[in-house]
Amino acid sequence: MSKILVCISNVPDTTTKITFTDNNTQFNTNGVQFILNPYDEIALARAIELTDGGKGSVTVINVGEANTEATIRKALAIGATDAVRINAKPHDAWYVAYQIAEYVKANPFDLILTGRESIDYNGSKVAGMLGELLDLPSVSIIKKLDATDSEATVEREIEGGKEVLTIPFPFVAGCAEGVAEPKIPNMRGIMSARTKPLAVVEPVEVQTLSEIISYETPAPRGQVNLVSADDVAKLVDLLHTEARVI
Amino acid sequence: MSVLIYAENAGGKFKKSTFEAVSYAKAIAGQNNTTLIAISIGYVAKEDLAALGKYGAEKVLNVSNDKLKNFVNQAYASVIAEAAKANGADIVVISNSFSGRGLAPRLGVKLQAGVADGAVALPEQNGGKFTVKKTAFSGKAFAVVELTSANKVIALTPNSYKVVESGSAAPVEDFSVEAKASDFKEMIKDIVRSTDKVSLPDAEIVVSAGRGMKGPENWGMIEDLANLLGAATACSKPVSDAGWRPHSEHVGQTGIAVSPNLYIAIGISGAIQHLAGISSSKVIVVINKDAEAPFFKVADYGIVGDAFEVLPKLIAAVKEYKASA
Repeated sequence: MSKILVCISNVPDTTTKITFTDNNTQFNTNGVQFILNPYDEIALARAIELTDGGKGSVTVINVGEANTEATIRKALAIGATDAVRINAKPHDAWYVAYQIAEYVKANPFDLILTGRESIDYNGSKVAGMLGELLDLPSVSIIKKLDATDSEATVEREIEGGKEVLTIPFPFVAGCAEGVAEPKIPNMRGIMSARTKPLAVVEPVEVQTLSEIISYETPAPRGQVNLVSADDVAKLVDLLHTEARVI
Repeated sequence: MSVLIYAENAGGKFKKSTFEAVSYAKAIAGQNNTTLIAISIGYVAKEDLAALGKYGAEKVLNVSNDKLKNFVNQAYASVIAEAAKANGADIVVISNSFSGRGLAPRLGVKLQAGVADGAVALPEQNGGKFTVKKTAFSGKAFAVVELTSANKVIALTPNSYKVVESGSAAPVEDFSVEAKASDFKEMIKDIVRSTDKVSLPDAEIVVSAGRGMKGPENWGMIEDLANLLGAATACSKPVSDAGWRPHSEHVGQTGIAVSPNLYIAIGISGAIQHLAGISSSKVIVVINKDAEAPFFKVADYGIVGDAFEVLPKLIAAVKEYKASA
C-alpha cells in the first residue's frame, strides 16, 4: 500500500457546552476550542501505522476555511506526510464528499479513511458518499483494519456482534474505536509540521441538497427524585407505576 | 410518488427497529396521501414479509438470492435505489442502524437525494419546505434539516418512533435486479452475532456502569441486573479505555449514542461527554455514592449509595417485582 488519504474534520472540543445564537439558527462558536475530530485521529493513527517505515505516504484532506489550518497542522504533527485544504465552508456531507471525490479523481489513493462520524453533525455519511461517487466499496463503521499488499481485512460493527470482511484496494472506510490508539504529536513532529506541504485547492461548484434551518437543545429534566438506599424496592415500584418503563 | 421503506433483517428476522421504521414511513406516506412500499433483501419467511402490512406496508418487495443473502453495502444500496426508481418512490426510509449508516449516504448519491440521518421525529412539511429533526453534536442538541432536493432519504434513530399497527397482511412480490459485478468486491468471511445478548443501540433498557465498579471482575452484578430486566449492558469511556469492557459497550460522545426508555447508570460520575450519548433516554436512573456527582442533575430518579451495597438490593427487588408481575 503506497498512498492513503485521511479525511479530517475540525470540530468543537468534546467538553464544549453547545449553545446557539440568532434565534437558534447559528451554532455559537464564541469561546469554543476546535479540535481534530476524535474518530479522524483514530483513522490517521492507523494510516500512519500502515505506512510506517517508508511503506507509503499519508495525505490528510479537509474541506474548510483558513481557520481549520491549526487542526490540519496538528494532523501533520501527528505524522501525516502532507495536507490538502479545499477552501470552502463544509456546507453538508454531500458538499464535502463531492469536493473530496473531485480531488481523488485527479489524485488517486489506495485507501481512503474517515472517522466513523464527526462529533458535530454525526452523519456517518462522507465515507459512503465517497464510495458511491468514486464507485468504490465503502464500510461505514469499522473496528479493526489489517492490510496485505492487495487487500484489507476489516471488522465491521453490527448490532450485537461483528462482521469480518475482506476488501481489495482501493476502498473507503469510516474508522471507530478499536482500529488504532490516537497518537500524540512529539516535539519533532510539531516542529516538522510547520514546513510540511499544505496545498490549498479552490472548490468546484455543486448544488446543495440540504440546509440546516434551526437548532434545538434537549428539554431540561425536572428535579431528580432521590430514593433512599435502604428502600430500593421503592425505586422499582416508581419505575413500574410512575415512569412505566419496566 | 410513493414512499419506500427498506425493512432490515438480522439473520432472517425483522427487529423492532424495523417495525418502528415501517410505522414511521407509513405516517410519512399518510402526510403525502401516497402508498408505502416495503423492500426486504435476504431470506425472510413469507409470513414475516406479509406481516409488514400490519405496520402499514401496502406491498412488500422481496429480493432473495444467494449473492444477497448477507449484507453487501454497495449491492444492497443498488437494489434499494433500483426499487425506488421502479416504484416512483421519492422518499426512502431506512433504520439508522450500523448497516443503515452505510446505505443512507450511497442511496443519497444514487438518488441525488438530501439525507436526513439520525431522524428523531416525523418530517414537517409546510409551504413546500420539507424539514426533519435529527440529533446533532453527539446528542447535546438537535438540528432541523431542510431537504431541498426532490428525492429524500431519511434514516430513523431506533427507539424514537413508536410501533403502530394500522393494517393487515400485505401482498408479497418478488423483485429482482441485474447485479453489477463491481457491487460485490467485498467478501464476508465471518459473522459473529451473539444471540443471547440484547443489542445496545436497539435496547429499550440499558444498564451501564463506570469506574465506580472498581474492576472488570465485578461486572457479574451488572450482567445479572441487565438479564433480569432484558437490558443491554454498557459502560463509560474510562472503563472501555482500561479494557474492562469492549469498545462496543462504550456509550457517550465518542462511543455509541443510545435512546432507551430506561437508562440505569451505576458508578458513573456523568462527564459532559458521557451525558451527550444518553441525553435522549426517556428515563434516567443514577446510582452513585457521591451525592455531588453531576449525573444526578440530569437524572429522573437517583440513589445516593455505594454500588456494592445498592446493587444486590436492587437485583433482589427486581426479582421480587418480576415474580409478582
